[in-house]
Amino acid sequence: MNHANGSAVAGSSSGSGDDLAPRRNSKRPKYSRFTQQELPACKPILTPKWVISVFTLIGVIFVPIGVAALLASNNVVEIVDQYDDKCVPPNMTNDKVAYIQNATFDKTCIRTLQVLKNMSQPIYVYYQLDNFYQNHRRYVKSRNDEQLRKASQANETSGCDPERTANGAPIVPCGLIAWSLFNDTYKFSLDNKNLTVNKKGISWKSDRDHKFGKDVYPKNFQNSSVIGGAKLDPKIPLSEQEDLIVWMRTAALPTFRKLYGKIEQDLKEGDSIIVTLENNYNTYSFSGKKKLVLSTSSWLGGKNDFLGIAYLAIGGLCFFLAVAFTVIYLVKPRKLGDPSYLSWNRNPAGN
Amino acid sequence: MAHGERPALSDLPRPISDPPLRPDLISLSASAVASTSGSRAEEPDRLGASHKELPDADARLVFVGDPGRTDPRLSLPGNAVRTAKYSPLTFLPRNLFEQFRRLAYVYFLVIAVLNQLPQLAVFGRGASLLPLAFVLLVTAVKDAYEDWRRHRSDRAENGRTAAVLEPGGSGEFRPLRWKDVRVGEVIKVLADESIPCDMVLLATSDLTGVAYVQTINLDGESNLKTRYAKQETMFRLPDITGGRAAVVLRCERPNRNIYGFNANLEIDGKSLSLGPSNIILRGCELKNTVWAVGVAVYTGNDTKVMLNSSGASSKRSRLETHMNRETLFLSAILVMLCSAVSVCSGIWLTNHEDELELMQFFRKRDYSAGNDKNYNYYGIAMQVFFIFLMAVIVFQIMIPISLYISMELVRLGQAYFMIRDTNLYDESSNSRFQCRALNINEDLGQIKYVFSDKTGTLTENKMEFRFASIRGVDYSEGKDPSPYNSNIYHVVVGDQFWRPKMLVKADPELVRLLKSEGETEEGKHARDFFLALAACNTIVPLIVGTPDPKQKLINYQGESPDEQALVYAAAAYGFVLIERTSGYLVIDVLGDRQRFNVLGLHEFDSDRKRMSVIIVCPNNTVRLFVKGADSSMFGVLEKSIDLDVIRATETNLHSYSSMGLRTLVIGMRELNANDFKEWHSAYEKASTALYGRASLLRAVATSVEDHLQILGASAIEDKLQQGVPEAIESLRQAGMKVWVLTGDKQETAISIGYSCKLLTSEMTHIVVNNNSKESCRKSLEDAIAISSKFATISSRVQNSRTGNGSAKPPLALIIDGTSLVHILETELEEELFRLATVCDVVLCCRVAPLQKAGIVALIKNRTEDMTLAIGDGANDVSMIQMADVGVGISGQEGRQAVMASDFAMGQFRFLVPLLFVHGHWSYQRMAYMILYNFYRNAVFVFVMFWYVLYTGYTLTTAITEWSSVLYSVLYTALPTIVVGILDKDLSRMTLLKYPKLYGTGQREERYNLKFFILIMMDAIWQSLAVFFIPYLAYRDTTIDGSSLGDLWTLAVVILVNIHLAMDVFCWNLITHLSIWGSIVATALCVIVINSMWFLPGYWYSSFTCLHYYVLFLLISLSFGPSQGVRCEKKNTPKCLYVYMLIHKIFVKFADTTFYIRAIYHIMGTPLFWLCLLGIFAAGMIPYFATKALTEYFMPSDIQISRELENFGNCNESSNTEIPMSTFSQTQRFIQ
Repeated sequence: MNHANGSAVAGSSSGSGDDLAPRRNSKRPKYSRFTQQELPACKPILTPKWVISVFTLIGVIFVPIGVAALLASNNVVEIVDQYDDKCVPPNMTNDKVAYIQNATFDKTCIRTLQVLKNMSQPIYVYYQLDNFYQNHRRYVKSRNDEQLRKASQANETSGCDPERTANGAPIVPCGLIAWSLFNDTYKFSLDNKNLTVNKKGISWKSDRDHKFGKDVYPKNFQNSSVIGGAKLDPKIPLSEQEDLIVWMRTAALPTFRKLYGKIEQDLKEGDSIIVTLENNYNTYSFSGKKKLVLSTSSWLGGKNDFLGIAYLAIGGLCFFLAVAFTVIYLVKPRKLGDPSYLSWNRNPAGN
Repeated sequence: MAHGERPALSDLPRPISDPPLRPDLISLSASAVASTSGSRAEEPDRLGASHKELPDADARLVFVGDPGRTDPRLSLPGNAVRTAKYSPLTFLPRNLFEQFRRLAYVYFLVIAVLNQLPQLAVFGRGASLLPLAFVLLVTAVKDAYEDWRRHRSDRAENGRTAAVLEPGGSGEFRPLRWKDVRVGEVIKVLADESIPCDMVLLATSDLTGVAYVQTINLDGESNLKTRYAKQETMFRLPDITGGRAAVVLRCERPNRNIYGFNANLEIDGKSLSLGPSNIILRGCELKNTVWAVGVAVYTGNDTKVMLNSSGASSKRSRLETHMNRETLFLSAILVMLCSAVSVCSGIWLTNHEDELELMQFFRKRDYSAGNDKNYNYYGIAMQVFFIFLMAVIVFQIMIPISLYISMELVRLGQAYFMIRDTNLYDESSNSRFQCRALNINEDLGQIKYVFSDKTGTLTENKMEFRFASIRGVDYSEGKDPSPYNSNIYHVVVGDQFWRPKMLVKADPELVRLLKSEGETEEGKHARDFFLALAACNTIVPLIVGTPDPKQKLINYQGESPDEQALVYAAAAYGFVLIERTSGYLVIDVLGDRQRFNVLGLHEFDSDRKRMSVIIVCPNNTVRLFVKGADSSMFGVLEKSIDLDVIRATETNLHSYSSMGLRTLVIGMRELNANDFKEWHSAYEKASTALYGRASLLRAVATSVEDHLQILGASAIEDKLQQGVPEAIESLRQAGMKVWVLTGDKQETAISIGYSCKLLTSEMTHIVVNNNSKESCRKSLEDAIAISSKFATISSRVQNSRTGNGSAKPPLALIIDGTSLVHILETELEEELFRLATVCDVVLCCRVAPLQKAGIVALIKNRTEDMTLAIGDGANDVSMIQMADVGVGISGQEGRQAVMASDFAMGQFRFLVPLLFVHGHWSYQRMAYMILYNFYRNAVFVFVMFWYVLYTGYTLTTAITEWSSVLYSVLYTALPTIVVGILDKDLSRMTLLKYPKLYGTGQREERYNLKFFILIMMDAIWQSLAVFFIPYLAYRDTTIDGSSLGDLWTLAVVILVNIHLAMDVFCWNLITHLSIWGSIVATALCVIVINSMWFLPGYWYSSFTCLHYYVLFLLISLSFGPSQGVRCEKKNTPKCLYVYMLIHKIFVKFADTTFYIRAIYHIMGTPLFWLCLLGIFAAGMIPYFATKALTEYFMPSDIQISRELENFGNCNESSNTEIPMSTFSQTQRFIQ
């Protein structure tokens, strides 16, 4: 009996010793909120309150913005004059391309613009081209930024096809974009007094400072057999050729405006401006339109009602949805988190 | 110590040469017969295979102690192992080859190559290769790291030393590195050393030639196994090592069968046959044996452990299969977009053909070379063709490249959380959850059929002896209120007390009977009964020390838990097995130590379903003890004398098995001189036979095991695992069908079915129990008729009494293995399928392993439903591999099942959190992530497509090439991965509380064609909003391409991130950081790329982007976890600080060297911001409104449960709620 008791006690103690051994190197994963996927978290639910307030909030924000945008757009005064057809002599209308290609013809053309509303300075002068794919793949790639930036890279013309070289020498600036530089010119006069067009600062400062070198001069430009557009003064560095800089920032869309200059003078309602323009640029070969645009600007940019209308539409839709949801929620209310809606609680009853 | 007082070796009769060992064959069931549940081979006829003759051509000749002669041409592999896949030289080609086996990567490669053609160069060379290179690099780095670790472990392994016999007959052992060991060398292994290669035992420190090995590294089993050296070599060791005896070993070619070995040893002109018990395998450890000497037969990569180290199974998840279908749709959309663009461009070119020459932006000819040849223009047809190819390149990300790598990362993250889940940790076996297959996590959320093994899966496989029926008398009064009282038997050895390690309750009446002096008939039978229990087995007693030096424990080591239980029971009744060698047994019979010589042992096999041992008792009678399954035993009992005893025993057996106990019948026969002589000569002949030894031995066994006198029957309880009934109940509530496939008897299976609540009393049982095909057909047809009758009744009942949820009476199908033989793989399969699918519960008893796989295949091949098989033993391996998802229980029966499984865990009940919580989450997350990836890439592609329509169909992208290639790999990748790993639609507690929520995955509610179409329509709408709002707002302005492109890029990235944000269920800090951080990082990247656009510094810009990304990744990863983890906090600030510093320098550098100003032009205008705002509102309104409407009026169960979670508790902050939920959860499942 004694033995039995003794052994039982010893046995139990040894048993616990056995049990302890694995516990010491237990593989039990350490508890942490991260590993147990129990990080403090917020679990938002789309309650009717939320839905209605979100729609209302969007409506409240969008409608005033829309109104403001429309007002801004309405305050912008814009004069647009399409002159491509008008500036071709009547006898040449059948063959505009021949007219524009013939350097012997006088391309000067006089246009009169009526100012219908007071325009306060600065008045931006743009030319607008239609149907001109400045974003065409062949076109967009045809330039070399290294060459434009550094004088030492003048021979770097890779990517400039098909305007890399002329007469065996590299072109600076090379490429289709530079080659096709727009070359119509505009002169404005009001009451026989010249309106000065400020052409300084029409390009981005960062472009002038960093992308077009101060010591890079045009070389061998427009010397190939086909002339694409404007010529450049080889004595002026590229960083000061602002028309080129503006042109080389290729437009996103096939209809685009480019800044020509700024008129830093107010215009009054009823003024008529005489524009003397040189119609040099060939858009006739692909039926592109050319327009001259004089426009003031607002905090939102130029004249464009779209954003205002879009905002009003979105805001209105949201108000409508807010009301619609309110009505729906009132007509068919559902208690949130009601277990009786669970499919297995619902189906037997429903059948 | 056990050997301290070993009796001298007996010379008469000769100890049997083939010792009892693991039966090298399959058991029909894991549980039916003693000594079987450990068997784990798979092919039923392995027995024949491993003992067949060895033609010279198939044999390997090993000259013991002479590696030079064994392998003169050095053609056999050395012992160096190589688990590493790559070497530094082969890494690149091999790794690339492996990676490009994925078809998607080939697609991206083809596109990148196309882009290198000058005519098609859409992107810069670098830009087009970057995403693919990035994905390949990430994978390659991962592979390289894994391989480096393998290299390191290989080096360590190969550098270990072994004691190898010095050639030249000196008999000295010298240390040699493992990798230099060659076949034929004689190696000495000391206790607790690892075995360097597969070697045939020649001698051991034990006189009987026994060596104990632990095979934990090989198959994970921790119990000791016995291996034997042949007596012939045992005592000739000096001759062999001295080179005086030429010993030649002829063994089979290397194969991967761990449990089979077949060889002949020629020594002194005699040929000895060797079996699996004579070989010790690499990876094992020598235990309880001072030394062992063996000859190397398989080395290096020929060793069985290396041949068996195959990788994890590679399955493909259901979701991924479906994803491929949608990928095809996307490809179709892609082809449509590309065709549209190329056709339009063809029309445009035709219309403008005459003008192309003079168009400033086209300029068909190149004049600079003098001759006016066409510049990059090959005629309209070619042009259209090129445009098509270019369109493919531009729109390539329609097929999301990053999705594949994201899915892998997400699964890795999910697996991490599964492994770290404390609720899946099993305390009793100290085992974590294991994720062995990394590509089917989401399948866990879609299971419809669960096939479960019974023994060891539903039950603990810890056997406990409960009742005995001795000569028809039932001793089942053992439910003694005071257990272990005076019934502990000690064996006094010197001044030490030895007692069995496990204590078993003893029936007092039986104890009294055994102790009663005088030869009562009952007492004699009872003693014979327990002697049989103690002797008729393959258990090896091991003496283990305790802290008390006087106290030793006897630990019975054996492969079958049933046998262990029987031996412990015998010990409790005073028949303590103390020592076993191949030649004799020492049993302490009621305090009197007796020695029994073992004359022969007939191993268990699945045909006989019984085993027997022939021993010489102290009174010099020769006795045969047999134990086996009742079905096999009743046939060989002597019915003429003990008919009433047999009847009574049968009644007892029936009552035991209906209690869910495992029963065995014990029989005995005294062999008279004639019988013995006859048997002995047959046995000698059979056991030394070279060919067909196994079948000869079996014939001998069958002939001797006859005319037995019944001793009684034993009943062993296999306790249910904790929480099994609850788990099965939950699984069934979740709409899963639980099938139990067991090797047990029908009665046992049914009673276990009741106790684990698989079967309930209101169920109608359909029993199919036939032994011919025709009767099977008939009973199946009857059963189908019954079931359909029930179905009509139930539907009528349901119609008349609406509202009663449980109208249909549940059906249970019980079918046995014999019937399945006639049904599986015949035309009856279809009928069984029809029947089984209408039944709620299916119970298959007495099934063989291959039948288990057949049943799984029955369902898998006929339905779309996902199947899961769970099991713990070798007999479940085929089923586990057959099922869509295989789960292994790392329990008592070794690790074969675990090795074959996709997931492994410690307890059956973990299936519930695994499926309901992790499976549900994984499915939900992965489904959302795939759809979202499709959506987000489609938005981007469509935006580019609309723009192409305004560029003369020339595939110009306003979005810079870098943005378009970085979009899917960098800009938007991180948030999806984070959400894919961390988002939780419902909390763990809710998912466990409402098992029906699991139906979401079964019904494929989160990922289907409808969702795909909806999300594609949403993608098109949003792309319209993204494109046309800026387009209309900036029409007729001076806007330039790159500025508008940046606006589009930002708008898309922010929009898709907001979309993601709207769908996130659970916002924690990491989610916030990754989503908002991603937007900020994208903006920074766009700015940087924009200012870099003109510069050659492409690499610089992409590095800058990576830099921002790493920065945000780091911030989110370090801040996030540290919210909950205390210990990780100390490292974060330092590395963050360093990173911030680098970042600062970087920005400064970037600011001065490269100006970050260009995009400011557009960002400085209110129009830009109004456009962005308008895009978000217009883009999100339809989705938001639809979401609000469906969530309110067609709420899914998930939605309702989420509301319950939020509003059931008035306190919305989850801080207080979550610890509580873990608590209750833990209580529920750890209990």
